[in-house]
Amino acid sequence: MRRARTGTLLAAAALLAGLLGTGGSAAGAGGAPAVGPAGAPRNAVAAAEAVGAENCDTGASLPPGERVGAKIQEIRKRGYLVVGVDQSAYNWGYRDSQTGKIQGFDIDLARAVAKSVLGDGNKVVLKTVATADRVKLLQQQPQPIDLIARAMTITCERLEQIAFSAPYFRVSQRVVAPKAAHAGSVAQALGGKRVCAALNSSSHGELKANPHGAASVVTPDNQLDCLVLMELGEADATLSDSSLAAAMVAQDQTMELAGEPFLPTYMGVGMNKNDTDLIAWVNQVLAEWRTGGGWQASYDTWLRPGMGDPGPYRPW
Amino acid sequence: MAAQTPQGGVLAPPPGRAPEPAATLPAALPSGRFSGPLGRLRTAARTPPGRLRTAGAVLVALVLLFGTVAAWQSADRAAAARRLASRSEPLSQDAAELYRSLADADATAAAGFLMASAEPPELRKRYQDDLETAARLIPQAAARSGASTEAQRRLADLSRQLPRYAGLVETARAINREGLPLGGAYLRYASDFMQQTVLPNAQRLADTEAAALDGDYDAAAAVPWAALALGASALAALGRYQVVLFRRTNRVFNPGLLAASAAVLAALVWTAGGTVAAGTGLHQARTQGIDPLRALNRVRVEAMQAHTAEILNLVSRGATEAYDGRWDALAKSLTAPAGGPGSVAGLSAAAPGRAGAQLADARQWFEEWQRRHADAAKLDEAGDYEGTLRKTLAPGRDDTAEAAFNAAGQRWERAGQAEQTAFEAAAGGVDGGLTVQAVAAALLAALAVGGTARGIGRRLAEYR
Repeated sequence: MRRARTGTLLAAAALLAGLLGTGGSAAGAGGAPAVGPAGAPRNAVAAAEAVGAENCDTGASLPPGERVGAKIQEIRKRGYLVVGVDQSAYNWGYRDSQTGKIQGFDIDLARAVAKSVLGDGNKVVLKTVATADRVKLLQQQPQPIDLIARAMTITCERLEQIAFSAPYFRVSQRVVAPKAAHAGSVAQALGGKRVCAALNSSSHGELKANPHGAASVVTPDNQLDCLVLMELGEADATLSDSSLAAAMVAQDQTMELAGEPFLPTYMGVGMNKNDTDLIAWVNQVLAEWRTGGGWQASYDTWLRPGMGDPGPYRPW
Repeated sequence: MAAQTPQGGVLAPPPGRAPEPAATLPAALPSGRFSGPLGRLRTAARTPPGRLRTAGAVLVALVLLFGTVAAWQSADRAAAARRLASRSEPLSQDAAELYRSLADADATAAAGFLMASAEPPELRKRYQDDLETAARLIPQAAARSGASTEAQRRLADLSRQLPRYAGLVETARAINREGLPLGGAYLRYASDFMQQTVLPNAQRLADTEAAALDGDYDAAAAVPWAALALGASALAALGRYQVVLFRRTNRVFNPGLLAASAAVLAALVWTAGGTVAAGTGLHQARTQGIDPLRALNRVRVEAMQAHTAEILNLVSRGATEAYDGRWDALAKSLTAPAGGPGSVAGLSAAAPGRAGAQLADARQWFEEWQRRHADAAKLDEAGDYEGTLRKTLAPGRDDTAEAAFNAAGQRWERAGQAEQTAFEAAAGGVDGGLTVQAVAAALLAALAVGGTARGIGRRLAEYR
């Protein structure tokens, strides 16, 4: 009886807090750029060859090279690299609760860049950034961060605003829903449901273009907030990149990846368009990371336990 | 029987005699301006004994009215003074304490999260103490708040929100121990809930209690103008009538009326003197207790909020500039020169003697805290997160910003206790004095009524 009552109170207050959160998010969404063409035709595209089958080539970036330009000089003069990361994407960029340090697959990549540019993988300042702020922070002057390694998918819309490195991971959209919902498909998992997606994430963009029958959409600052909202009964399902969807399922055994993956895309390192020297440099680091076994080692450390064989995720 | 008296008989009076009994009734209206009982009274009042009776009635009524109003107003103010000392001021303090406990719980939970596995047991205990303090204060305040529906509603909300907040934090902790980042997401959720829902509620409760305190203070310190005016009128009427009697009878003294005048004068002086005494006590309670406590509460709340912003800024790791901005705004008002609202420098100016030393000490620690924060912020600027963390909060070290904040907080707490004691000393006896004054006014007025009746009765007896 007492448990049930506490549960009800929890749910009620969660709703209240959620409303407050959504209110703030709505204001943010107002400033979000318009979404590209409707998602319906894109859903039909499932083949790997069709990755980035939009009006642009999401797999293309500047050729790799170590050229010291204005940006590299600026970073070397400063003495450390500032990287925008996540602290709550399990195994990608997250805070170890024992040591308090941020670690994960994306962090390994950030350190590899710092090691290449500055000769020391520890000369890196990790700044957590909200999903919604990623593009804005790269465009701001003065730029508060040099680059973003934060499970960021390459989209045509973003390519108009910022630059990306060559792809370093292949992902698609996945639905996370409670196992108890027994959803057999994406349409079943999202239809008539309260769907959660991180504000201004690619999943949020997809939901705006094609709601998949969702009754409502909540957009907290961070994809992991969606898991909190689902656990507190404030959302029924979450749409996310497969990378982060796997991270959510790994943290809550009552959740599952529901339905089929769709909308395959690449993940890349986000940078300012003008920092051509840094973009080329990062592409050089990525090439070495791939050929030198660094990518594989990081995958084995962080992602293999949850995602299995890396085959489907390699962008090359 | 009815057949034997066909022409009316005893039961049915003959038609022509019907008005006859009416003619004998006194209520044969209206034959003149002063006819009837009122007329008789007016006629009687024109006779010397009648005039005496009328004057006596007027005097007795005036004295009775004075006694009633003086006793009632004094009792009213005594009740307000009692509420002030025993209810509204402690409630106001409790509301401030409740706010601090909740804000401190939030900052402490965040700090524990930052320290990860190095979280010292004292920090855990501090969080639990904060929640226990809040859990104790809410029902205590609800029991004391009486009929204030606004306060009761706030308290009911808080008592619902507190276990929910605690539940969220415990969930965050449990998940955090498993090493999952989901714990951090829960903590963020809990902190948002505290900052956006619980604390604003606690703030409005504190505002409500502060308004109730002001109301009680004003009621207790109100000057009883009605009683004083009536007392003066009664005294003037008694004196004037004694002069009239002296002219008419050539008797210098009427002992009854003289005694009545003395009693009314005593009641009037007592009421006026008591008002001055209570006003002095209340004024002292305000300047030594209420005002400095209010200023201190404001500073402590602002300092607490600044401390929370400092910690949450580290938790967010640069994800938002909001906490930095909040720190800057709060620090600006805290470091403002004396006179500005919420200024630390202004505290010592307002404080009574005993609290002064603690406040001076607290101010030094406050400045030390600001210096250490500035040092930490410089490290943060240079991208040294670990260094910033060490400068801001590290278990078991006393050279951190948090240690200085805690030192200032402890001294502020002691200063608050001294100011509370000063308030209790100043406001404590006020209600007793006013109660005695109410009883005295009633008794003296009764005495004056007796004296008036006796004095008039003696004169009346001369006409028999």
